Amino acid sequence: MKFAVCVFPGSNCDYDTYYVIRDVLERDVEFVFYNEKDLSRYDCIILPGGFSFGDYLRPGALAAKTPLAEAVYESAQRGKFVIGICNGFQILTELHLLPGALLPNLNMRFICKDVFLRVENGETPFTREFDRGDVLRIPIAHHDGRYYVSEAELKEMEERGQILFRYVDTEGKPTESANPNGSVSNIAGVMNKEGNVFGMMPHPERASEDILGSHDGLMLWYSLISE
Amino acid sequence: MKRVRILIKPKEGLLDPQGRAVEEMLRDNGFNAQHVRVGKLVEMEVPKGEDVKSIVEKFIINPLIEDYEIEEL
Repeated sequence: MKFAVCVFPGSNCDYDTYYVIRDVLERDVEFVFYNEKDLSRYDCIILPGGFSFGDYLRPGALAAKTPLAEAVYESAQRGKFVIGICNGFQILTELHLLPGALLPNLNMRFICKDVFLRVENGETPFTREFDRGDVLRIPIAHHDGRYYVSEAELKEMEERGQILFRYVDTEGKPTESANPNGSVSNIAGVMNKEGNVFGMMPHPERASEDILGSHDGLMLWYSLISE
Repeated sequence: MKRVRILIKPKEGLLDPQGRAVEEMLRDNGFNAQHVRVGKLVEMEVPKGEDVKSIVEKFIINPLIEDYEIEEL
């Protein structure tokens, strides 16, 4: 599996993600830049965290109108794996590859801390190395992480198993106090209907080695390459 | 060319934490303001006949979370 890490002006988790794939997973990976139009040589495309185009207009809004975003859109339509982390997740919602939108955190602050996530569906290409109900510790670092989707759409997403991660407490319960940003239904990560596009606000690349304090994000990467 | 102003507001019913913070600050200072919403303003010059609605809906707003009004100046 050959990976691409997308780089927009303002991406800042690009190298972390590249490092995990190259040095921890020992897989082929290349950076692709925002004016690139051809992604045909990659199997999995990652939109990393950061502040693409300075978060101007809305986070991810300007990045979603670049040639690279158009190529990401086409690749997703062709069934390739696409993963958006943090700002990458925001870009995927702006591209309408994932439902919903990301709004400013309820407390209007930038939040940078470890949170607990519960695996809601362990039968997807992104989570198959987990079991449903597993609780992970993974950091978040965002200002606009409040996931929003209409009630009707949320119900359909639940039924289709599109919700992959929820914010929970240490016991694995999705309480209000465990929800760092006010996301609807404590949602931290979602997948598209077709099952090849996935986005999450927490940073699995920052929890992929023990030296970082947690390796709970590793299984996400292993899920992808274990087919 | 004509000059247009686009007023962008968080969609009705969507919790707006910026608006809420401003409202609370006003209340703390003895004023009675209600339903405060904080939005954005975008101004641009476009050729006469340009499809401003299309520019706004395709590029400027996210219809899921934002409403807009276009004013000609």
